[in-house]
Amino acid sequence: MRSKTSFLSAAVLAAALSTTCSAQTIFPLTRADILAGALFDFKVEFDGVVDPAQVKVSINGVDYTKTLGKTADLVAKEDGKEVSSLILRDASIRKPGTYVVTATDGKSTSSVTWTVYGTPAKKAAKNVILFIGDGFSIGHRTAMRILSKGIEGGKYTSKLAIDEMPNMALLTTQGTDSIITDSANAAHAYTTGHKSCVNALGVYCSRAANSLDHPKVETITSLAKRHGMAVGAVTNSEIEDATPAAMVAHTRRRSDYNDIVDMFYQSKIDVMMGGGSPNFLPKSTPGSKRKDDVDYIERFKQADYRLATTKTEMLAAANDPKTTKLLGLYNTGNVDGALDLKFLKKGSVAQFPDQPDVPESMNAALKVLSRNKNGFVLMVESARIDKYSHSLDAERAIYDAIMLDNAVKQAKQWAKAHGDNTLILVTADHSHAVSVVGTVDDNKPGPDMRNKIGTYNEAGFPNYPAPDADGYPNKVDVSRRLRVLFGSYPDHYDTFAPHLEGEFVPAIRNAAGVMVANDAYKDAPGAELRVGNLPNIGSGAANNGVHTGDDVVLTAMGPGAQKVHGQMENTDLFRVMAEALALSPQKLATASKASDQ
Amino acid sequence: MFCPSRLSGELSRRTFLSSMLVLAAPLVDAADATHADNLLSFDTLYKSVGVLGTVYSDQAKALKNKDVRMRGYMAPPLKPESKFFVLTREPVAVCPFCASDAQWPSDIVVVYLREALAPINLSRRIEVAGTLEMGSWTDPQTGFVSQVRIVDATVHK
Repeated sequence: MRSKTSFLSAAVLAAALSTTCSAQTIFPLTRADILAGALFDFKVEFDGVVDPAQVKVSINGVDYTKTLGKTADLVAKEDGKEVSSLILRDASIRKPGTYVVTATDGKSTSSVTWTVYGTPAKKAAKNVILFIGDGFSIGHRTAMRILSKGIEGGKYTSKLAIDEMPNMALLTTQGTDSIITDSANAAHAYTTGHKSCVNALGVYCSRAANSLDHPKVETITSLAKRHGMAVGAVTNSEIEDATPAAMVAHTRRRSDYNDIVDMFYQSKIDVMMGGGSPNFLPKSTPGSKRKDDVDYIERFKQADYRLATTKTEMLAAANDPKTTKLLGLYNTGNVDGALDLKFLKKGSVAQFPDQPDVPESMNAALKVLSRNKNGFVLMVESARIDKYSHSLDAERAIYDAIMLDNAVKQAKQWAKAHGDNTLILVTADHSHAVSVVGTVDDNKPGPDMRNKIGTYNEAGFPNYPAPDADGYPNKVDVSRRLRVLFGSYPDHYDTFAPHLEGEFVPAIRNAAGVMVANDAYKDAPGAELRVGNLPNIGSGAANNGVHTGDDVVLTAMGPGAQKVHGQMENTDLFRVMAEALALSPQKLATASKASDQ
Repeated sequence: MFCPSRLSGELSRRTFLSSMLVLAAPLVDAADATHADNLLSFDTLYKSVGVLGTVYSDQAKALKNKDVRMRGYMAPPLKPESKFFVLTREPVAVCPFCASDAQWPSDIVVVYLREALAPINLSRRIEVAGTLEMGSWTDPQTGFVSQVRIVDATVHK
């Protein structure tokens, strides 16, 4: 514990710095936690063109080159503008401890503090499986439990696989620019241990003009590969989408899909599965979204990846003991969600009838990755919980939450059967404002649907059929169904019922540029107009629900899971993985304590 | 607690929703006589849409560089001043972070207009008439990549 005196002097110093030192921005930003030995780009942005002779950058009072081992480039006019920057790519710090970085241009001075931490010398876990339910919130969790598990005597008859884990924490998800994250900087926090800003992957958000020029930080994929491990990313979104991309990408702009495909290729990630094939096809192939004629399907094949475009091909590839690298692309867009894939056959199921679901893809990935005797890191995402929550399509979101639980259940079984040395983490990247408020009962009297809503004791229990072995009721359009509400929404018609015809499209921009309710639903029986509570004009106009800043739940089991407890930053999840895998082994037993200063 | 489901109230909804697609079809003005026989749809544009690429239908291939008309929905313009818009099979809920071609459906058609278009209702199906172009094209202003375009186009509501 610090003495009162030293606390006060630090406060005085901080106050002094904050009044005189706003000129430079130093990356990584202050309060960064950096894994010892992990690579990062060091950048100092000056607010004008500087005199190189006046520039001094020190770390813990000594010239920065002593700590970082290399000399940075001083760019006189960054991107042709009247500002100078000092840039050093691929820096790292080997020794754990506290590092105070100070930069001056002779006129003003800025300072940041980093904490560099090591890990135990020996790995506790051989493997890590990180599950991300995109946008997966408490409301989804409760709804899926009601649909998947029976209630007797007021108690659930059994637990969800995601709940039956010994460790739990609340993760905070805010970033460097905002209290609200998107899936890019949220997943980036898990895969790099650094905070960043909305839309950014594997980089800090600097003033660089080019989205690929921002200060990079090393990903868990790169670190694990450096330790001889196998790495995989499994999703049912497009593989270039933010969450899977965070495993490999370094870009300020998550929509750089063509660059992200190349980043996957360069990363040498062993298994990658999802949708989003058009960015792999040369532009001369009809259906391509590339701007060049590079055939990434062919490049991956030449790098010894097995290609699977259907579930049948995936199973054949995974079952072949020679397969150690697998590229699975099952849809041009997102892979269909569980409700469409298994029951309604809407979405793109007619076009792509042989798509795997997330648990099937995960099992194929486990087969392939476990062929590496050094262990693996696997990220498994149920991506469309988020997408369906954006579109206020509660049933589809809930079914994809059940799909996540199935994957976790099977991963737990796999881990138990394979040495019990796998750390399993289950979390969300951010939340939605989603809540179970009761039920809707078609058999209640009267014409108005809102008066068929049951709250408190009148909610009772819904009458979904008993779930199948995977926890899915085979019918969602039952007469007494869950009333799940989203707290943020655009204008839309509330139909009080599941959208059997296909994913809900709540709002559309009208001729005057205003986001209005999609009148395709206007005449649905009982439909009521909900006037939105989000912006409906300008660049911030919302055509769907938005992310919220609520904390997300992390549950964990296996070696290393004991570090999961209480309230944690989302970046702390990276550290839990790094420590379990001993990604920065320190000889001294006190190594990991260095970061607790 | 799980109870047997009851069907009352659900069949009527299902019937309604399947009929809604038909009811939603807008009134389309009579198209130009020159385009009358060359009506393409999102269903007839492709023989197949697959992971490893799309295959154009024989009809579409025969109509390459010829006058066609096609019905669909105008997606919200990427930029107000854009000279082009994206025609989609269904009304699109556009990803708020996608100011590029990244997350559009793969079967979109890009429309380059003959002249500026008065604002139209994006939830109404429209008919576009113009010259069918096929093959990759990167828009020089926006970088937007398209495989199928209707150029020198006019829009019929």
